[in-house]
Amino acid sequence: MSKPRIRLPASARPGEVITIKTLISHPMETGRRRDGAGQLVPRRIIHRFACRFEDELVIELTFEPAMSANPFLEFTARVDRSGRFSFEWEEDDGTLHRAEAAITVA
Amino acid sequence: MAMTRRQTLGLGMGAAAAGLFGLPAAATAVVTAESLEAWIAGFASGRTPEPGPLALEIEPHAENGAVVPVTLSMPSPMTPEDHVEALALLAPANPQIGVFTARLTPRSGAARLTARIRLAESQTVTALARLSDGRVIRQDRAVTVSIGGCGA
Repeated sequence: MSKPRIRLPASARPGEVITIKTLISHPMETGRRRDGAGQLVPRRIIHRFACRFEDELVIELTFEPAMSANPFLEFTARVDRSGRFSFEWEEDDGTLHRAEAAITVA
Repeated sequence: MAMTRRQTLGLGMGAAAAGLFGLPAAATAVVTAESLEAWIAGFASGRTPEPGPLALEIEPHAENGAVVPVTLSMPSPMTPEDHVEALALLAPANPQIGVFTARLTPRSGAARLTARIRLAESQTVTALARLSDGRVIRQDRAVTVSIGGCGA
C-alpha cells in the first residue's frame, strides 16, 4: 500500500485557517462485494482518521463502509505557531497508518 | 413518533427512484422512519434538529455512485465558547445509514469538510451539525444516482 499523501501549505501567518488535504490508498471493502468466484469479499475498511497539531486534536472522523475507496478528506486547521501535524488512519484489524507534515508559522 | 412530511417524502422518493432505474421497489434498502430518526436522535441527544446555515454541497445528479464528492460547511467562530463540535452525513437508502461522523475542535479553525462517498442509489442525503450549545442543524439534499456505488 502506498504512503498516505498530505497536502498543506509549507508556511502560514499566525491565526490563519489553512486547508489540509489527505489521501490514502485503501480498497475500503464494504463486505457486500462479490469476487470473481461469487464469494463475498469480507469487510475491511479504515474506520477512524485523526489529525493532530502537536498534541492537540484538529479533527477526528469515524468512517463507515459508505466512504469511497482511497479515502480523500479536505478539512481546515487554525495555526498559531510552527509545528508538526500528525495524521493517523486505523483499519478494522487495528492496523495503523501514519503520516506527518511540518508547517512554519511566522 | 409521528413522521414529518419531509420524512414521508424522503421515503417515497426512494421507492420512486428504484422504479425509475428498473428495480422493483422491494430492492430498495428497507429504511424505516424510526431508524433514521433514531440515528438523528442519538447524534442530537434528543434535541430536535432545526434549519440553519449548514451547507450541504453535493452534485444533484451523480453519474458514479462509488465516488460522490460532498462538502459540509457552516459559518462558525470556532471558539471554545461557540463552535461546531460534530458533523455527520447520512445516506438513508444505503445498506447502512451513517456515512461518516466528524468531531471538530476550535483548532479546526472552520467547520468545513469535504469527503468522497458511496451512494447505493438515488436518495435524499442528510447532513447534521451539532453546536457546542447543543443545537443541531439539519440540511437535506436529493441526489439521483446513475450507477449505484455499493456493489461490485
